[in-house]
Amino acid sequence: MATSRDIAVIGWAQTPMVRQTDLTETQMLMRVISDALTPLGLTRADVDFTCLGSCDYITGQAFSFVSNLDAIGAWPPKRDSHVEMDGAWALYEAWLRLHEGDIEIAVVTGSGRSSTGDPALIYPMEMDPFFLAPLGVDPLTFAALQARAVIAAGIADEQSMAEVAIRARGSGDLAVLLASDYVRAPLRRHDLPPITDGAAAMVLATGARARALVARPAYITGFDHRSECHNPSFRRLDDSPSTRIAAAAAGLGERAVEVAELQAAFTHEEMLLRHVLGLGAGVTVNASGGALRANPIMATGLCRVGHAADHIFGGGSRSLAHSTSGPCLQQNLVCILEDRP
Amino acid sequence: MIPCAVVGVGQTHHKTRRHDVSFGGLVREAVFRALDDAHMTMADIDAIVLGKAPDLFEGVMKPELYLSDALGAVGKPMFRVHTAGSVGGTTGIVAASHIHAGKHRTVLAVAFEKQSEGNAQFALGSGRGASLGAGGAFAPFIRAYIHRSGAPEHIGWKVAVKDRLNALKNPYAHLKIEGITIEQVKNSPMMWDPIRFLESCPSSDGACAVVLTDEAGGNAAAAEGRAPAWILSSSSRSEPPNFPGRDPVRPLACLQCADDVYRQAGITNPREQLDMAELYVPFSWHEAIWLEAHGIADEGDGWKMIDDGSTEIGGSFPINCSGGVLSSNPIGASGLLRFAEAANQVRGVAGDIQVEGARTALAMAYGANSQYFSMWIVADSLQPFA
Repeated sequence: MATSRDIAVIGWAQTPMVRQTDLTETQMLMRVISDALTPLGLTRADVDFTCLGSCDYITGQAFSFVSNLDAIGAWPPKRDSHVEMDGAWALYEAWLRLHEGDIEIAVVTGSGRSSTGDPALIYPMEMDPFFLAPLGVDPLTFAALQARAVIAAGIADEQSMAEVAIRARGSGDLAVLLASDYVRAPLRRHDLPPITDGAAAMVLATGARARALVARPAYITGFDHRSECHNPSFRRLDDSPSTRIAAAAAGLGERAVEVAELQAAFTHEEMLLRHVLGLGAGVTVNASGGALRANPIMATGLCRVGHAADHIFGGGSRSLAHSTSGPCLQQNLVCILEDRP
Repeated sequence: MIPCAVVGVGQTHHKTRRHDVSFGGLVREAVFRALDDAHMTMADIDAIVLGKAPDLFEGVMKPELYLSDALGAVGKPMFRVHTAGSVGGTTGIVAASHIHAGKHRTVLAVAFEKQSEGNAQFALGSGRGASLGAGGAFAPFIRAYIHRSGAPEHIGWKVAVKDRLNALKNPYAHLKIEGITIEQVKNSPMMWDPIRFLESCPSSDGACAVVLTDEAGGNAAAAEGRAPAWILSSSSRSEPPNFPGRDPVRPLACLQCADDVYRQAGITNPREQLDMAELYVPFSWHEAIWLEAHGIADEGDGWKMIDDGSTEIGGSFPINCSGGVLSSNPIGASGLLRFAEAANQVRGVAGDIQVEGARTALAMAYGANSQYFSMWIVADSLQPFA
């Protein structure tokens, strides 16, 4: 980094994570932004920059994010941006923006109501429109292909995957789970994420302001994201080189993390990411339950950063958050949080 | 904040249908022109920022995922922006932010729309029909402007002719209407009163790419005799949809955004200190509206600058020498095209549409129901007013 400016997460909030909400996306954001700001003694008027992450195809409407301007309280008008990506990338844009040095407080959000659509119909539309989308392959099928590769490489097996599911959800009997039918072999129902409606909001502040507002800011000391080629058949599915590059660029190797929050919607993804990131047995992974417990698409990654920040707020010294997008972990983001700048 | 310069600009030939290229082919056409212009290859690019308007326009969700190969993004950060019609401008601003922040050295900003793949009017209504379309949404604002300013009806026709005559000199422009006249515009079908057919933007397939780099990179290009465009300032503002008290003729977000870019750039008199502007004018009357909302003309006087020819190439304050959105409108790219054309003007490489001696230029894009604004000011040096 060519700048020494400190930027920290100082608070965050999430909505109840539910199978289906009656709230609109704007209503969810209205509440969750207030929930993030109020404990800090801040109001929307204190926010210098907002960046929202959401997806028109999940909302089922073009320009769906426009009505969310009501939730950020953009009157008088605000410096504002929107990414068609998970809120974790909205965080990245806000982090860059705060580095410019002229503003102090930013709010970022991620939001999605997946319950209104059918993932099997929506997700093929994010594939290459010429060679992949016409196949209509759903996300489960792509995930199963990757799970086979991960198992073949010896990184996971069906039992260890079931154990991930039991740990994430805090319940389940190994023998019972392994006796259940495949949804897409080798994936069983417990290997899959739930469909979740939800939103998250996070407050960022520059160093001095952060220290004035909270006792323990969670400083972002490393932040990077990388893409891979799109077509899963051109990639080694038992590896995640973009995760590895992003982690190295974020400085993961400098010091061990105590906690990692990985956006792993499928059990084998958690095992692959753990393997690629070199997270040892001493690292607590997805204590929140991760995406296997609640998967509010477009907010799932931002929630990972939030849980990793909670570790710092609670006395921890170093944590990692990961987010992903695209088929078979095409694009990956790594954010390192620490208790000092 | 680390200074940032534009050292490469590229765009496609914009057309109603670019059936000769895929999405990937379309963006690469612009990207390679920008890289060639910057004397760079994809290996020199540290990060890519992609902008486009709603994915429903083409029916591909988050197309940056599929385009990561075509854009040379494998192993690199790939970022996707979407801020409605202003997105092309925001794409340039976010790319510049990567450099201002000190995170990356050289960044590629790319924006595109391939409108022929779908039906924008249909998508604007989210496929539910009954869409007003952009013209239907903006016509009341234009009527309000005419009512307030007392502008004569030929002003809109005049802008339509001026921008199309400019487009004849721009090799990349979509609409080429040889010998277009006021009579022709006046006699074209009424679309959304008072907007006539020839006062409206086309639907285009097209892309734009811009290479941005840091101070050392900008100086290196200058040392090789390739003038960079230095970004003096950039800003964005958003405001909520309609509510009583909001003024879509002089949107507060636009006024504040303009104030912000002027303040950062040290501009107190835009009419005198800026040499030209590329403003997002999808319907002819928006030139008058934006001249006023950017303080280039006093309130109520914007139309007079059009009437006396000030905004023509060769006038005292040229607007949209490229032909503007009225001549080429690949929606998601239209904003970045404004930012790129302004950069080319201060680089002195605008060819037949060059404003003689242009040293400073303003670019703006706006989106949704006149709610999202993005602007930047570029100059031939970091201290053009010293």
